[in-house]
Amino acid sequence: MNGNDEPILSARGLDLSFGAVRALDGVSVDLWPGEVLAIVGESGSGKSTLLRVLAGEAAPSAGSVTYRDADGAGMDVHGMGEPALRRLARTEWGFVRQEARDGLRMGVSAGGNVGERLMATGARHYGDIRAEAARWLERVEISADRIDDRPGLFSGGMRQRLQIARTLVTRPRLVFMDEPTGGLDVSVQARLLDLIRGLVSDLGIAVALVTHDIAAARLLAHRIVVMRNGRVVEEGLTDRVLDDPRHPYTQLLVSSVLAA
Amino acid sequence: MSAAVQGSDRSSGRTGAEGYNFAYLDEGTKRMIRRALLKAVAVPGHQVPFGSREMPLPYGWGTGGIQVTAAVIGPEDVLKVIDQGADDTTNAVSIRRFFARVAPGLRTTERTADATVIQTRHRIPETPLREGQVMVYQVPQPEPLYKLEPRRAETRRLHALADYGLMQVKLYEDIARNGRVGSSYDHPVMVGGRYLMSPSPIPSFDNPKMHRSPALQLFGAGRERRLYAVPPYTEVRSLDFDDHPFEPLRARARCALCGADDTYLDEMVTDDRGGRVFVCSDTDYCGERQGGERQGGERQGGERQGGERQGSGAA
Repeated sequence: MNGNDEPILSARGLDLSFGAVRALDGVSVDLWPGEVLAIVGESGSGKSTLLRVLAGEAAPSAGSVTYRDADGAGMDVHGMGEPALRRLARTEWGFVRQEARDGLRMGVSAGGNVGERLMATGARHYGDIRAEAARWLERVEISADRIDDRPGLFSGGMRQRLQIARTLVTRPRLVFMDEPTGGLDVSVQARLLDLIRGLVSDLGIAVALVTHDIAAARLLAHRIVVMRNGRVVEEGLTDRVLDDPRHPYTQLLVSSVLAA
Repeated sequence: MSAAVQGSDRSSGRTGAEGYNFAYLDEGTKRMIRRALLKAVAVPGHQVPFGSREMPLPYGWGTGGIQVTAAVIGPEDVLKVIDQGADDTTNAVSIRRFFARVAPGLRTTERTADATVIQTRHRIPETPLREGQVMVYQVPQPEPLYKLEPRRAETRRLHALADYGLMQVKLYEDIARNGRVGSSYDHPVMVGGRYLMSPSPIPSFDNPKMHRSPALQLFGAGRERRLYAVPPYTEVRSLDFDDHPFEPLRARARCALCGADDTYLDEMVTDDRGGRVFVCSDTDYCGERQGGERQGGERQGGERQGGERQGSGAA
Protein backbone atom coordinates (compact mmCIF):
# COMPACT_ATOMS: atom_id res chain seq x y z
CA MET A 1 0.00 0.00 0.00
CA ASN A 2 3.04 2.22 0.28
CA GLY A 3 1.56 4.15 3.17
CA ASN A 4 -1.57 5.20 1.30
CA ASP A 5 -3.67 4.24 4.26
CA GLU A 6 -2.00 6.91 6.33
CA PRO A 7 -2.16 10.68 5.88
CA ILE A 8 0.80 12.26 4.08
CA LEU A 9 0.48 15.28 6.31
CA SER A 10 -1.33 15.55 9.59
CA ALA A 11 -1.63 18.50 11.92
CA ARG A 12 -2.77 18.22 15.52
CA GLY A 13 -3.91 20.97 17.85
CA LEU A 14 -2.18 23.89 16.11
CA ASP A 15 -2.24 27.17 18.00
CA LEU A 16 -0.74 30.44 16.87
CA SER A 17 -1.53 33.95 18.03
CA PHE A 18 -0.46 37.31 16.64
CA GLY A 19 -0.89 39.53 19.68
CA ALA A 20 -4.53 39.29 20.70
CA VAL A 21 -5.54 37.68 17.39
CA ARG A 22 -5.79 33.91 17.50
CA ALA A 23 -4.82 33.04 13.95
CA LEU A 24 -4.94 29.33 14.68
CA ASP A 25 -6.98 27.92 17.55
CA GLY A 26 -6.69 24.19 18.04
CA VAL A 27 -6.62 23.30 14.33
CA SER A 28 -6.26 19.66 13.32
CA VAL A 29 -6.30 18.54 9.68
CA ASP A 30 -5.22 15.49 7.72
CA LEU A 31 -4.13 15.37 4.11
CA TRP A 32 -4.09 12.02 2.33
CA PRO A 33 -1.81 10.95 -0.52
CA GLY A 34 -3.12 12.15 -3.87
CA GLU A 35 -5.85 14.19 -2.26
CA VAL A 36 -6.67 17.84 -2.93
CA LEU A 37 -7.77 19.54 0.25
CA ALA A 38 -9.23 23.03 -0.02
CA ILE A 39 -8.95 25.34 2.96
CA VAL A 40 -11.61 28.01 2.55
CA GLY A 41 -12.70 30.97 4.61
CA GLU A 42 -12.86 34.73 4.49
CA SER A 43 -9.88 37.04 4.75
CA GLY A 44 -8.36 36.85 8.22
CA SER A 45 -9.81 33.45 8.99
CA GLY A 46 -6.32 32.00 9.42
CA LYS A 47 -6.22 29.90 6.27
CA SER A 48 -2.99 31.31 4.88
CA THR A 49 -1.39 31.10 8.32
CA LEU A 50 -2.44 27.47 8.49
CA LEU A 51 -0.77 26.82 5.15
CA ARG A 52 2.44 28.47 6.28
CA VAL A 53 2.47 26.41 9.47
CA LEU A 54 1.78 23.20 7.54
CA ALA A 55 4.65 23.98 5.19
CA GLY A 56 7.01 24.69 8.08
CA GLU A 57 7.38 28.37 7.17
CA ALA A 58 5.88 29.54 10.46
CA ALA A 59 6.14 27.77 13.80
CA PRO A 60 2.99 27.14 15.83
CA SER A 61 2.96 27.99 19.54
CA ALA A 62 1.40 24.62 20.25
CA GLY A 63 0.59 21.47 18.30
CA SER A 64 2.52 19.48 15.73
CA VAL A 65 2.66 18.78 12.00
CA THR A 66 3.77 15.33 10.85
CA TYR A 67 4.84 14.52 7.30
CA ARG A 68 5.07 10.94 6.09
CA ASP A 69 7.62 10.43 3.32
CA ALA A 70 7.41 7.94 0.46
CA ASP A 71 8.70 5.16 2.72
CA GLY A 72 6.02 5.86 5.30
CA ALA A 73 8.43 7.29 7.89
CA GLY A 74 6.86 10.05 9.95
CA MET A 75 8.74 13.33 10.38
CA ASP A 76 7.99 16.23 12.69
CA VAL A 77 7.94 19.21 10.33
CA HIS A 78 8.79 21.73 13.04
CA GLY A 79 11.34 19.55 14.76
CA MET A 80 13.42 18.32 11.82
CA GLY A 81 15.65 21.37 11.57
CA GLU A 82 16.17 23.79 8.74
CA PRO A 83 18.52 21.77 6.50
CA ALA A 84 16.09 18.83 6.41
CA LEU A 85 13.10 21.09 5.92
CA ARG A 86 14.78 22.90 3.04
CA ARG A 87 15.73 19.65 1.40
CA LEU A 88 12.12 18.55 1.67
CA ALA A 89 10.90 21.88 0.34
CA ARG A 90 12.94 21.54 -2.84
CA THR A 91 12.39 17.84 -3.44
CA GLU A 92 9.22 16.25 -2.14
CA TRP A 93 7.29 19.47 -1.55
CA GLY A 94 6.31 22.47 -3.60
CA PHE A 95 4.76 25.84 -2.87
CA VAL A 96 2.72 27.85 -5.37
CA ARG A 97 2.27 31.46 -4.25
CA GLN A 98 -0.55 33.83 -4.95
CA GLU A 99 1.88 36.39 -6.29
CA ALA A 100 3.91 34.79 -9.06
CA ARG A 101 6.58 37.36 -8.21
CA ASP A 102 7.09 35.70 -4.83
CA GLY A 103 7.41 32.25 -6.33
CA LEU A 104 9.49 33.09 -9.40
CA ARG A 105 12.89 34.63 -9.97
CA MET A 106 11.95 37.61 -12.08
CA GLY A 107 15.52 38.24 -13.23
CA VAL A 108 15.98 34.72 -14.52
CA SER A 109 14.63 33.26 -17.78
CA ALA A 110 11.67 30.89 -17.83
CA GLY A 111 14.01 27.97 -18.47
CA GLY A 112 16.21 28.94 -15.52
CA ASN A 113 13.15 29.23 -13.31
CA VAL A 114 11.97 25.76 -14.19
CA GLY A 115 15.48 24.34 -14.02
CA GLU A 116 16.31 25.77 -10.61
CA ARG A 117 14.80 22.92 -8.62
CA LEU A 118 16.54 20.39 -10.86
CA MET A 119 19.87 22.10 -10.31
CA ALA A 120 19.21 22.45 -6.58
CA THR A 121 18.86 18.69 -6.42
CA GLY A 122 22.12 18.09 -8.23
CA ALA A 123 21.40 18.19 -11.98
CA ARG A 124 24.58 19.37 -13.70
CA HIS A 125 23.89 18.59 -17.35
CA TYR A 126 22.83 21.73 -19.18
CA GLY A 127 21.26 19.94 -22.14
CA ASP A 128 19.14 17.68 -19.95
CA ILE A 129 17.99 20.54 -17.74
CA ARG A 130 17.00 22.61 -20.72
CA ALA A 131 15.14 19.75 -22.38
CA GLU A 132 13.22 19.05 -19.18
CA ALA A 133 12.39 22.75 -18.80
CA ALA A 134 11.09 22.87 -22.37
CA ARG A 135 8.93 19.80 -21.75
CA TRP A 136 7.42 21.41 -18.69
CA LEU A 137 6.76 24.70 -20.40
CA GLU A 138 4.78 22.85 -23.07
CA ARG A 139 3.00 20.96 -20.38
CA VAL A 140 1.74 24.18 -18.80
CA GLU A 141 0.84 25.55 -22.23
CA ILE A 142 3.74 27.96 -22.61
CA SER A 143 5.41 27.72 -25.99
CA ALA A 144 8.91 26.24 -25.67
CA ASP A 145 10.36 29.06 -27.75
CA ARG A 146 9.73 31.41 -24.82
CA ILE A 147 12.23 29.45 -22.76
CA ASP A 148 14.76 32.28 -22.71
CA ASP A 149 12.27 35.05 -21.95
CA ARG A 150 12.10 36.48 -18.47
CA PRO A 151 8.86 36.18 -16.51
CA GLY A 152 8.49 39.97 -16.67
CA LEU A 153 7.49 39.58 -20.32
CA PHE A 154 4.75 37.10 -19.45
CA SER A 155 1.10 37.79 -18.69
CA GLY A 156 -0.25 37.14 -15.21
CA GLY A 157 -1.75 33.80 -16.20
CA MET A 158 1.47 32.69 -17.88
CA ARG A 159 3.52 33.63 -14.86
CA GLN A 160 1.26 31.55 -12.69
CA ARG A 161 1.57 28.60 -15.08
CA LEU A 162 5.34 29.06 -15.10
CA GLN A 163 5.32 28.96 -11.32
CA ILE A 164 3.42 25.70 -11.47
CA ALA A 165 5.89 24.19 -13.95
CA ARG A 166 8.78 25.32 -11.75
CA THR A 167 7.18 23.69 -8.73
CA LEU A 168 6.14 20.42 -10.34
CA VAL A 169 9.32 19.76 -12.34
CA THR A 170 10.83 17.65 -9.56
CA ARG A 171 7.56 15.72 -9.20
CA PRO A 172 6.83 16.59 -5.58
CA ARG A 173 4.47 14.43 -3.53
CA LEU A 174 2.91 17.35 -1.74
CA VAL A 175 2.19 20.87 -2.99
CA PHE A 176 0.94 23.85 -1.03
CA MET A 177 -1.03 26.39 -3.05
CA ASP A 178 -1.96 29.79 -1.72
CA GLU A 179 -4.71 31.36 -3.84
CA PRO A 180 -3.12 30.22 -7.11
CA THR A 181 -5.84 31.92 -9.14
CA GLY A 182 -5.98 35.14 -7.14
CA GLY A 183 -5.75 38.32 -9.14
CA LEU A 184 -6.41 36.70 -12.51
CA ASP A 185 -9.42 37.40 -14.65
CA VAL A 186 -12.18 34.83 -14.80
CA SER A 187 -11.43 33.14 -18.12
CA VAL A 188 -7.73 32.86 -17.25
CA GLN A 189 -8.70 31.45 -13.87
CA ALA A 190 -10.80 28.77 -15.49
CA ARG A 191 -7.98 27.61 -17.76
CA LEU A 192 -5.50 27.62 -14.91
CA LEU A 193 -7.82 25.57 -12.72
CA ASP A 194 -8.27 23.09 -15.54
CA LEU A 195 -4.52 22.82 -15.94
CA ILE A 196 -3.91 22.34 -12.22
CA ARG A 197 -6.61 19.71 -12.04
CA GLY A 198 -5.11 17.78 -14.95
CA LEU A 199 -1.55 17.90 -13.65
CA VAL A 200 -2.48 17.05 -10.10
CA SER A 201 -4.46 13.99 -11.11
CA ASP A 202 -1.81 12.88 -13.65
CA LEU A 203 0.98 13.08 -11.13
CA GLY A 204 -1.06 11.97 -8.12
CA ILE A 205 0.08 14.91 -6.03
CA ALA A 206 -1.43 15.73 -2.67
CA VAL A 207 -2.41 19.40 -2.57
CA ALA A 208 -3.26 21.71 0.28
CA LEU A 209 -5.06 24.56 -1.46
CA VAL A 210 -5.96 27.81 0.24
CA THR A 211 -8.64 29.79 -1.52
CA HIS A 212 -11.53 32.12 -0.85
CA ASP A 213 -12.99 31.15 -4.20
CA ILE A 214 -15.64 28.52 -3.57
CA ALA A 215 -15.87 27.78 -7.30
CA ALA A 216 -12.17 26.93 -7.44
CA ALA A 217 -12.56 24.69 -4.42
CA ARG A 218 -15.49 22.89 -6.03
CA LEU A 219 -13.55 22.29 -9.22
CA LEU A 220 -10.29 21.09 -7.67
CA ALA A 221 -10.85 19.75 -4.21
CA HIS A 222 -11.82 16.35 -2.97
CA ARG A 223 -12.37 17.64 0.53
CA ILE A 224 -12.98 21.02 2.07
CA VAL A 225 -12.04 22.52 5.40
CA VAL A 226 -13.91 25.69 6.34
CA MET A 227 -12.11 28.07 8.66
CA ARG A 228 -13.33 30.99 10.66
CA ASN A 229 -11.51 32.99 13.32
CA GLY A 230 -8.68 30.48 13.43
CA ARG A 231 -10.93 27.46 13.95
CA VAL A 232 -12.09 24.70 11.65
CA VAL A 233 -15.87 25.08 11.67
CA GLU A 234 -16.72 22.44 9.11
CA GLU A 235 -14.93 19.69 7.24
CA GLY A 236 -16.06 17.11 4.71
CA LEU A 237 -16.23 15.97 1.10
CA THR A 238 -16.47 18.88 -1.31
CA ASP A 239 -19.94 18.09 -2.64
CA ARG A 240 -21.32 17.42 0.81
CA VAL A 241 -19.97 20.66 2.27
CA LEU A 242 -21.00 22.83 -0.65
CA ASP A 243 -24.39 21.22 -1.33
CA ASP A 244 -25.36 20.57 2.25
CA PRO A 245 -23.51 23.04 4.47
CA ARG A 246 -24.22 22.53 8.14
CA HIS A 247 -22.44 25.30 9.95
CA PRO A 248 -24.22 28.65 9.66
CA TYR A 249 -21.00 30.32 8.53
CA THR A 250 -20.52 27.77 5.74
CA GLN A 251 -24.12 28.28 4.70
CA LEU A 252 -23.49 32.01 4.49
CA LEU A 253 -20.27 31.49 2.55
CA VAL A 254 -21.86 29.12 0.06
CA SER A 255 -25.03 31.10 -0.45
CA SER A 256 -23.17 34.36 -0.96
CA VAL A 257 -21.18 32.81 -3.79
CA LEU A 258 -23.94 30.91 -5.50
CA ALA A 259 -26.11 34.00 -5.55
CA ALA A 260 -23.94 35.42 -8.29
CA MET B 1 68.80 41.30 -1.88
CA SER B 2 68.83 41.62 -5.60
CA ALA B 3 68.97 44.87 -7.39
CA ALA B 4 65.34 44.44 -8.27
CA VAL B 5 64.40 45.17 -4.71
CA GLN B 6 64.63 48.70 -3.65
CA GLY B 7 64.58 50.41 -0.32
CA SER B 8 61.48 52.11 0.87
CA ASP B 9 63.23 55.11 2.02
CA ARG B 10 62.68 57.81 -0.47
CA SER B 11 59.58 59.11 1.05
CA SER B 12 59.71 57.90 4.60
CA GLY B 13 60.53 60.53 7.13
CA ARG B 14 59.85 63.15 4.57
CA THR B 15 56.08 63.08 4.39
CA GLY B 16 53.12 62.67 6.67
CA ALA B 17 54.13 59.19 7.77
CA GLU B 18 55.41 60.51 11.06
CA GLY B 19 53.16 59.75 13.97
CA TYR B 20 51.65 56.74 12.26
CA ASN B 21 52.10 53.20 13.46
CA PHE B 22 54.00 50.78 11.24
CA ALA B 23 51.89 50.11 8.14
CA TYR B 24 49.37 52.80 9.07
CA LEU B 25 46.92 50.71 11.13
CA ASP B 26 47.20 50.65 14.92
CA GLU B 27 48.19 47.38 16.54
CA GLY B 28 44.70 46.74 17.95
CA THR B 29 43.17 46.95 14.50
CA LYS B 30 45.85 44.70 13.03
CA ARG B 31 45.21 42.15 15.72
CA MET B 32 41.47 42.25 15.00
CA ILE B 33 42.14 41.71 11.29
CA ARG B 34 44.64 38.92 11.96
CA ARG B 35 42.13 37.13 14.16
CA ALA B 36 39.56 37.35 11.39
CA LEU B 37 42.18 36.10 8.92
CA LEU B 38 43.00 33.12 11.12
CA LYS B 39 39.34 32.23 11.18
CA ALA B 40 39.14 32.70 7.42
CA VAL B 41 42.12 30.40 6.87
CA ALA B 42 40.60 27.83 9.18
CA VAL B 43 37.37 27.77 7.16
CA PRO B 44 38.53 28.13 3.54
CA GLY B 45 36.19 30.20 1.40
CA HIS B 46 33.99 31.28 4.31
CA GLN B 47 33.39 35.01 4.60
CA VAL B 48 34.41 36.39 7.98
CA PRO B 49 33.14 39.81 9.04
CA PHE B 50 35.70 42.32 10.28
CA GLY B 51 35.67 45.89 11.50
CA SER B 52 36.78 47.60 8.33
CA ARG B 53 38.46 50.98 9.01
CA GLU B 54 38.39 54.20 7.10
CA MET B 55 41.46 54.19 4.92
CA PRO B 56 43.07 57.13 3.14
CA LEU B 57 41.72 56.01 -0.22
CA PRO B 58 38.18 55.67 -1.50
CA TYR B 59 36.09 52.51 -1.35
CA GLY B 60 36.53 50.57 -4.53
CA TRP B 61 40.25 51.34 -4.68
CA GLY B 62 41.36 48.50 -2.49
CA THR B 63 40.51 49.46 1.09
CA GLY B 64 39.98 45.80 1.95
CA GLY B 65 43.21 44.63 0.36
CA ILE B 66 45.22 47.44 1.89
CA GLN B 67 43.97 46.59 5.39
CA VAL B 68 44.81 42.91 4.94
CA THR B 69 48.27 43.84 3.66
CA ALA B 70 48.79 46.22 6.57
CA ALA B 71 47.82 43.50 9.02
CA VAL B 72 50.15 40.82 7.65
CA ILE B 73 53.15 42.80 6.48
CA GLY B 74 56.36 43.30 8.46
CA PRO B 75 59.56 45.31 7.97
CA GLU B 76 61.33 42.28 6.53
CA ASP B 77 58.71 41.77 3.81
CA VAL B 78 58.98 42.63 0.14
CA LEU B 79 55.78 44.05 -1.32
CA LYS B 80 54.53 43.98 -4.88
CA VAL B 81 51.31 45.71 -5.87
CA ILE B 82 49.56 45.13 -9.16
CA ASP B 83 46.42 46.48 -10.73
CA GLN B 84 45.08 44.59 -13.75
CA GLY B 85 48.44 42.85 -13.85
CA ALA B 86 50.39 46.07 -14.16
CA ASP B 87 52.79 47.55 -11.61
CA ASP B 88 52.57 51.00 -13.13
CA THR B 89 48.89 51.88 -13.00
CA THR B 90 47.49 54.47 -10.64
CA ASN B 91 46.05 52.09 -8.09
CA ALA B 92 49.19 49.98 -7.91
CA VAL B 93 51.56 52.95 -7.76
CA SER B 94 49.62 54.76 -5.07
CA ILE B 95 49.23 51.73 -2.81
CA ARG B 96 52.87 50.78 -3.20
CA ARG B 97 53.90 54.35 -2.41
CA PHE B 98 51.54 54.39 0.55
CA PHE B 99 53.20 51.37 2.14
CA ALA B 100 56.67 52.63 1.30
CA ARG B 101 55.75 55.75 3.24
CA VAL B 102 54.03 54.27 6.29
CA ALA B 103 56.04 51.06 6.72
CA PRO B 104 59.68 51.98 7.42
CA GLY B 105 62.07 49.24 6.37
CA LEU B 106 59.61 47.62 3.99
CA ARG B 107 60.96 47.04 0.53
CA THR B 108 58.89 47.11 -2.62
CA THR B 109 59.46 45.34 -5.89
CA GLU B 110 57.88 44.73 -9.23
CA ARG B 111 59.25 41.23 -9.54
CA THR B 112 56.81 38.50 -8.63
CA ALA B 113 59.59 36.09 -7.70
CA ASP B 114 61.11 38.53 -5.20
CA ALA B 115 57.89 39.49 -3.46
CA THR B 116 56.73 37.97 -0.19
CA VAL B 117 53.40 39.82 -0.19
CA ILE B 118 51.58 40.64 -3.42
CA GLN B 119 48.53 42.85 -3.28
CA THR B 120 46.49 42.56 -6.42
CA ARG B 121 43.48 43.94 -8.14
CA HIS B 122 42.00 41.76 -10.90
CA ARG B 123 44.96 39.50 -11.70
CA ILE B 124 47.16 36.68 -10.50
CA PRO B 125 50.75 37.03 -11.76
CA GLU B 126 51.84 34.79 -14.61
CA THR B 127 55.00 33.73 -12.78
CA PRO B 128 53.98 30.72 -10.68
CA LEU B 129 53.66 31.53 -7.01
CA ARG B 130 55.70 29.65 -4.46
CA GLU B 131 55.41 28.61 -0.85
CA GLY B 132 55.78 31.43 1.61
CA GLN B 133 54.22 34.03 -0.63
CA VAL B 134 51.00 35.76 0.35
CA MET B 135 48.51 36.96 -2.26
CA VAL B 136 46.19 39.73 -1.08
CA TYR B 137 43.19 40.29 -3.31
CA GLN B 138 41.13 43.46 -3.41
CA VAL B 139 37.51 42.41 -3.46
CA PRO B 140 34.63 44.71 -4.38
CA GLN B 141 31.86 42.17 -3.71
CA PRO B 142 32.68 39.13 -1.58
CA GLU B 143 29.28 37.51 -1.92
CA PRO B 144 29.14 35.29 -5.02
CA LEU B 145 25.36 35.02 -4.74
CA TYR B 146 24.57 38.72 -4.43
CA LYS B 147 23.16 39.16 -7.91
CA LEU B 148 20.77 36.28 -7.36
CA GLU B 149 19.77 36.72 -3.75
CA PRO B 150 19.77 40.28 -2.44
CA ARG B 151 19.09 39.36 1.19
CA ARG B 152 22.35 38.95 3.08
CA ALA B 153 20.71 36.94 5.86
CA GLU B 154 19.45 34.54 3.21
CA THR B 155 22.81 34.17 1.43
CA ARG B 156 24.45 33.40 4.77
CA ARG B 157 21.87 30.68 5.27
CA LEU B 158 22.52 29.31 1.80
CA HIS B 159 26.25 29.14 2.58
CA ALA B 160 25.55 27.47 5.91
CA LEU B 161 23.43 24.82 4.20
CA ALA B 162 25.74 24.57 1.16
CA ASP B 163 22.61 25.23 -0.91
CA TYR B 164 24.19 26.41 -4.15
CA GLY B 165 21.59 25.46 -6.76
CA LEU B 166 21.04 29.17 -7.23
CA MET B 167 24.57 29.73 -8.52
CA GLN B 168 24.04 26.97 -11.02
CA VAL B 169 20.98 28.90 -12.20
CA LYS B 170 23.20 31.86 -13.00
CA LEU B 171 25.51 29.64 -15.03
CA TYR B 172 22.48 28.24 -16.81
CA GLU B 173 21.49 31.79 -17.68
CA ASP B 174 24.97 32.55 -19.00
CA ILE B 175 24.85 29.60 -21.36
CA ALA B 176 21.27 30.32 -22.41
CA ARG B 177 22.25 33.91 -23.29
CA ASN B 178 25.87 33.66 -24.39
CA GLY B 179 26.23 30.05 -25.38
CA ARG B 180 29.11 29.36 -23.03
CA VAL B 181 29.66 28.84 -19.36
CA GLY B 182 30.82 31.49 -17.05
CA SER B 183 31.59 35.09 -17.02
CA SER B 184 34.90 36.32 -18.34
CA TYR B 185 35.82 37.46 -14.82
CA ASP B 186 34.76 36.75 -11.22
CA HIS B 187 33.73 33.25 -12.16
CA PRO B 188 32.54 31.53 -8.95
CA VAL B 189 34.57 28.72 -7.44
CA MET B 190 33.97 25.98 -4.90
CA VAL B 191 36.66 25.97 -2.24
CA GLY B 192 37.61 22.74 -0.55
CA GLY B 193 34.40 21.18 -1.87
CA ARG B 194 32.40 23.16 0.66
CA TYR B 195 32.12 26.93 0.24
CA LEU B 196 31.12 28.86 -2.84
CA MET B 197 33.50 31.78 -3.23
CA SER B 198 34.01 34.80 -5.40
CA PRO B 199 37.60 34.77 -6.66
CA SER B 200 37.36 38.60 -6.85
CA PRO B 201 37.14 40.07 -10.34
CA ILE B 202 40.12 38.19 -11.73
CA PRO B 203 39.71 36.93 -15.30
CA SER B 204 38.49 33.36 -15.49
CA PHE B 205 41.87 32.75 -17.15
CA ASP B 206 43.40 33.04 -13.66
CA ASN B 207 40.94 30.75 -11.87
CA PRO B 208 43.00 27.58 -12.44
CA LYS B 209 45.99 29.29 -10.79
CA MET B 210 44.10 29.33 -7.49
CA HIS B 211 43.70 25.57 -7.50
CA ARG B 212 46.22 23.99 -5.12
CA SER B 213 48.35 27.11 -5.19
CA PRO B 214 51.37 26.91 -2.88
CA ALA B 215 50.82 30.53 -1.82
CA LEU B 216 48.46 31.70 0.91
CA GLN B 217 45.60 33.64 -0.66
CA LEU B 218 43.82 36.30 1.38
CA PHE B 219 40.83 38.33 0.25
CA GLY B 220 39.70 41.64 1.70
CA ALA B 221 36.49 43.55 0.95
CA GLY B 222 36.66 46.91 2.74
CA ARG B 223 33.27 48.35 1.96
CA GLU B 224 31.49 45.04 2.52
CA ARG B 225 33.59 44.33 5.64
CA ARG B 226 34.38 40.75 4.83
CA LEU B 227 37.57 38.71 4.71
CA TYR B 228 38.10 35.25 3.34
CA ALA B 229 41.01 33.04 2.52
CA VAL B 230 42.29 30.05 0.60
CA PRO B 231 45.14 28.29 2.42
CA PRO B 232 48.00 26.79 0.38
CA TYR B 233 47.24 23.62 -1.55
CA THR B 234 43.46 23.92 -1.28
CA GLU B 235 41.07 22.58 -3.91
CA VAL B 236 39.55 25.45 -5.90
CA ARG B 237 37.14 24.33 -8.60
CA SER B 238 35.40 26.62 -11.06
CA LEU B 239 31.68 25.93 -11.35
CA ASP B 240 30.45 24.47 -14.61
CA PHE B 241 28.10 21.97 -16.24
CA ASP B 242 28.97 18.41 -17.26
CA ASP B 243 28.28 19.19 -20.91
CA HIS B 244 29.71 22.76 -20.75
CA PRO B 245 32.99 22.41 -18.87
CA PHE B 246 34.72 25.50 -17.52
CA GLU B 247 37.10 27.05 -20.04
CA PRO B 248 39.41 29.89 -19.08
CA LEU B 249 39.03 32.77 -21.49
CA ARG B 250 41.93 34.34 -23.31
CA ALA B 251 42.26 36.50 -26.42
CA ARG B 252 43.47 34.43 -29.36
CA ALA B 253 46.62 36.41 -30.01
CA ARG B 254 50.25 36.79 -29.10
CA CYS B 255 51.71 39.54 -26.98
CA ALA B 256 52.97 42.26 -29.32
CA LEU B 257 55.87 43.03 -27.00
CA CYS B 258 57.19 39.68 -25.81
CA GLY B 259 55.44 37.23 -28.14
CA ALA B 260 53.92 35.12 -25.37
CA ASP B 261 50.95 33.03 -26.46
CA ASP B 262 50.05 31.60 -23.07
CA THR B 263 49.48 34.74 -21.01
CA TYR B 264 46.45 36.89 -20.31
CA LEU B 265 46.36 39.76 -22.78
CA ASP B 266 45.07 43.32 -22.73
CA GLU B 267 43.86 44.88 -25.93
CA MET B 268 45.40 48.28 -26.55
CA VAL B 269 44.24 50.93 -28.97
CA THR B 270 47.28 52.25 -30.81
CA ASP B 271 45.82 55.01 -32.95
CA ASP B 272 42.51 56.57 -33.94
CA ARG B 273 42.14 54.49 -37.10
CA GLY B 274 41.21 51.22 -35.45
CA GLY B 275 44.74 50.00 -34.83
CA ARG B 276 44.92 47.51 -31.95
CA VAL B 277 47.51 45.27 -30.43
CA PHE B 278 47.45 42.72 -27.66
CA VAL B 279 50.01 42.87 -24.89
CA CYS B 280 50.54 40.90 -21.69
CA SER B 281 48.55 42.29 -18.82
CA ASP B 282 51.32 41.18 -16.44
CA THR B 283 53.94 43.88 -17.03
CA ASP B 284 56.60 42.21 -14.88
CA TYR B 285 56.32 38.89 -16.69
CA CYS B 286 56.29 40.58 -20.09
CA GLY B 287 59.29 42.73 -19.26
CA GLU B 288 61.26 39.74 -18.06
CA ARG B 289 60.54 37.91 -21.29
CA GLN B 290 61.69 40.93 -23.26
CA GLY B 291 65.11 40.68 -21.70
CA GLY B 292 64.83 42.15 -18.29
CA GLU B 293 65.71 45.71 -19.16
CA ARG B 294 62.94 46.74 -16.86
CA GLN B 295 64.44 45.22 -13.76
CA GLY B 296 65.40 47.53 -11.00
CA GLY B 297 62.40 48.38 -8.99
CA GLU B 298 59.99 51.23 -9.21
CA ARG B 299 59.76 52.78 -12.58
CA GLN B 300 59.05 56.39 -13.17
CA GLY B 301 55.95 55.40 -15.04
CA GLY B 302 54.81 55.88 -18.60
CA GLU B 303 57.62 53.97 -20.25
CA ARG B 304 55.28 51.58 -21.94
CA GLN B 305 53.73 53.35 -24.85
CA GLY B 306 50.77 52.41 -26.91
CA GLY B 307 47.70 54.09 -25.57
CA GLU B 308 45.26 53.53 -22.81
CA ARG B 309 44.66 50.19 -21.18
CA GLN B 310 41.37 48.60 -22.00
CA GLY B 311 40.77 47.26 -18.53
CA SER B 312 37.63 48.01 -16.60
CA GLY B 313 37.37 50.90 -14.20
CA ALA B 314 38.09 50.78 -10.51
CA ALA B 315 36.49 47.91 -8.70
